[in-house]
Amino acid sequence: MQRRTSRWMIGAGLTMAGALALTGCSSSFGGTTSGSTGSAAALTSDASKSLTVLIGSSGDAETKAVNAAVASWSSSSGTKATVSVASDLNQQLAQGFAAKKPADVFYLSTDALAGYASNGSLLAYGDSLANKDDFYPSLVKSFTYDGQFYCAPKDFSTLGLVINTDAWAKAGLTDADIPTTWDQLETVAKKLTTPDQVGLAIGGEYARAGAFMAQAGGNLMNEDSSKATANSAEAVAGLTEVKKLLNDGVMKYAKDVGAGWGGEAFGKQLAAMTIEGNWITGAMSSDYPSVKYTVAELPAGPAGKGTMQFTNCWGIATDSPNQAAALKLVEQLTSKDSQLAFSTAFGPMPSIKSAASDWKAANPVLVPFLNGADYAVGTPTAKGSADVVTELNSKLESLKTGDPQQILDAAQKNLEALLK
Amino acid sequence: MSKPARTSRRSGIRGGEAASGWLFTAPMIILLGMFLVVPVLMALWVSFSDWGGRGSPFGGNVKFVGFDNYSTLLNGGGLAEQDFGTALRNNAWYVVLVVPIQTALSLLLAVLVNRQILRGRGFFRTSFYFPSVTSSVAITVLWLFLFSSTGAINKLLSFIGINGPNWFNDPSGILHNFLQLFGVTQGPAALTDGSFLGVSWWDWLAGPSVAMTAFILMAVFTTSGTFMLLFIAALQNLSGEVTEAAMMDGANGWQRFWKVTLPQLRPTLFTVLTLGLIGSWQVFDQIYTGTKGAPGKTTLTPAYLSYQSAFNNQEWGQGAAIAFILFVIIVFFTLFQRWVLRERPVSKRRMRPYLTNPASAVALAATATPASTTKSGESR
Repeated sequence: MQRRTSRWMIGAGLTMAGALALTGCSSSFGGTTSGSTGSAAALTSDASKSLTVLIGSSGDAETKAVNAAVASWSSSSGTKATVSVASDLNQQLAQGFAAKKPADVFYLSTDALAGYASNGSLLAYGDSLANKDDFYPSLVKSFTYDGQFYCAPKDFSTLGLVINTDAWAKAGLTDADIPTTWDQLETVAKKLTTPDQVGLAIGGEYARAGAFMAQAGGNLMNEDSSKATANSAEAVAGLTEVKKLLNDGVMKYAKDVGAGWGGEAFGKQLAAMTIEGNWITGAMSSDYPSVKYTVAELPAGPAGKGTMQFTNCWGIATDSPNQAAALKLVEQLTSKDSQLAFSTAFGPMPSIKSAASDWKAANPVLVPFLNGADYAVGTPTAKGSADVVTELNSKLESLKTGDPQQILDAAQKNLEALLK
Repeated sequence: MSKPARTSRRSGIRGGEAASGWLFTAPMIILLGMFLVVPVLMALWVSFSDWGGRGSPFGGNVKFVGFDNYSTLLNGGGLAEQDFGTALRNNAWYVVLVVPIQTALSLLLAVLVNRQILRGRGFFRTSFYFPSVTSSVAITVLWLFLFSSTGAINKLLSFIGINGPNWFNDPSGILHNFLQLFGVTQGPAALTDGSFLGVSWWDWLAGPSVAMTAFILMAVFTTSGTFMLLFIAALQNLSGEVTEAAMMDGANGWQRFWKVTLPQLRPTLFTVLTLGLIGSWQVFDQIYTGTKGAPGKTTLTPAYLSYQSAFNNQEWGQGAAIAFILFVIIVFFTLFQRWVLRERPVSKRRMRPYLTNPASAVALAATATPASTTKSGESR
């Protein structure tokens, strides 16, 4: 009996010792440096540390462009910086933050902002940017959490109406028929619908249907995501219009015509029009080069024009040893020259107003997308709102038979729960 | 009493044994402790804390929050509870279908492949086992192609006049779809009014979605081979004498399988069921590489939800709590299954026909022997 207890004692002792040793290790990275979030008054500036930049790249073109931009900053500033491409950005960021050794500068989506801002991982450096006033205000709002402008918008995209010009001409339509109201949209979609082609195909999700809500003057949350407005009369009106188009048979969800997203449905000519962002140009030129298309601004609803915008920012970690250099790097990366170079390389729109005219001159066909910046609305940024959107998307799949009011009531309830 | 025993243990030729025993096992104990026990304990702590994912979970500003994370999931009334309920529902249906089907199929394959008269046994064994050695990511990608709306499966179905579903995009439950054939589209009020974990009883009974069904088929396809191997090994260990004895007693092939072979396979059956149960409650990589919970959250599983809450939403406490609830569920079902498959004495009702006829009492003795051998085998 005693023998057994003594063994247990030894075993337990070893486990304890192991645990203590480990926590000992962890305290070296766990301990003291906390709470230095918020004001960028005292930026760390350990010049001996080189910078790491973590990006989630869309492909070789993007990786090369970012590498070139960072390398040129590196040689002019004398601070070393390396770019690494994440295979799973969220996971790699989370590991870095937990180990207190995060990348200094990284891509950050609007979904992830609230989570990292609330646990203090992010440096709120927005107000110390030299080119702060040059960013589009709606983008700044997307990266404002708790009243603080956290990070510089990297670039952005908006939704536009993409039209197959051949189908358009075949249906006897001319440039004058490009829809500017919901009624006109219904009319042309009807004319374009043939037995083997639907007039309009969109992805069955909030990120597309939300544009109709915006045109009716509503959105899931107010501009700075401090109040849930999902079941407002305006939002319901927007979703009701989507339901009407679906039930009239002139619009279908992309998956219902056997495509993964709107661009695929459009490229395979399963639909004559789609609502997608400027990223569709890449897919069209690489996968469907024979399809001719034009881009128009989305039609206006009862509350005027409306579209959705999607954006990422350059996050800087609170735990970065050289925040000052990171800030300088971000200023360089969001400068007019860098953004225009990025745009040529992989297609996004520059996030600063001063680059707009150059961009429009270089991309005459895509001007409607950039025009959308004036009236675009963002997705909600409250912590946990990504989950609510996923839940909403799952309901939107059956919008055709569902009740818009009921769907948005549920979203409203879930969003209100986030704000408590 | 204890004192002399103690001295005798310390001194003499065997004195250093305990120390060297510890020395030899130390590397493994330290490795397991560092990479298994300590991380599990850390995760347990995280599930009771408000750790936000920045710095060490043992840092100064991480607070103990008791059962807050657990109650948000089990009783919070919000989206977290609803998601957890949905994930449990999806995975429960997955388990209910995958475990019995894969066990039955692997046993069938093992019996077929184990037959002496089968030609080219090696070929069949290899081909049945092949899916198990292929990485699950590769198989998932293959599955996405096969089950796409214009994929090979739907092509095959169209040859026999069936208009196949849009597999990975169809969130409707198969039981609901079946009821719809009889015009039932809305559940009775008794089922739709009540709910458990934020999911109404009617939705609990929806059955796996069409998308989940494709994953169920995939799990059966990939794991049957592995378990077939276990059954083959067990079948080859059975002695032919018992089967011969049963033959002499006039048992036909069917009876020999159910009354003689299967009872002897009980330990293997337990292993297969347990491994199947654990594996299918933890399904993650198919979901991560395949659908990420879509369509309509019907392929969301607790394991994936745990990952999602932690890494994407920075709700680390909830993520860890989901993992521990899943752990409890798995342990519960394993114990339950052990209880169901326990050794039982032959019941009076079964015994009766043999007792009236002394000749068949011998047959009873013959069938009773394997039971006792399996018992000793099980106590390993």
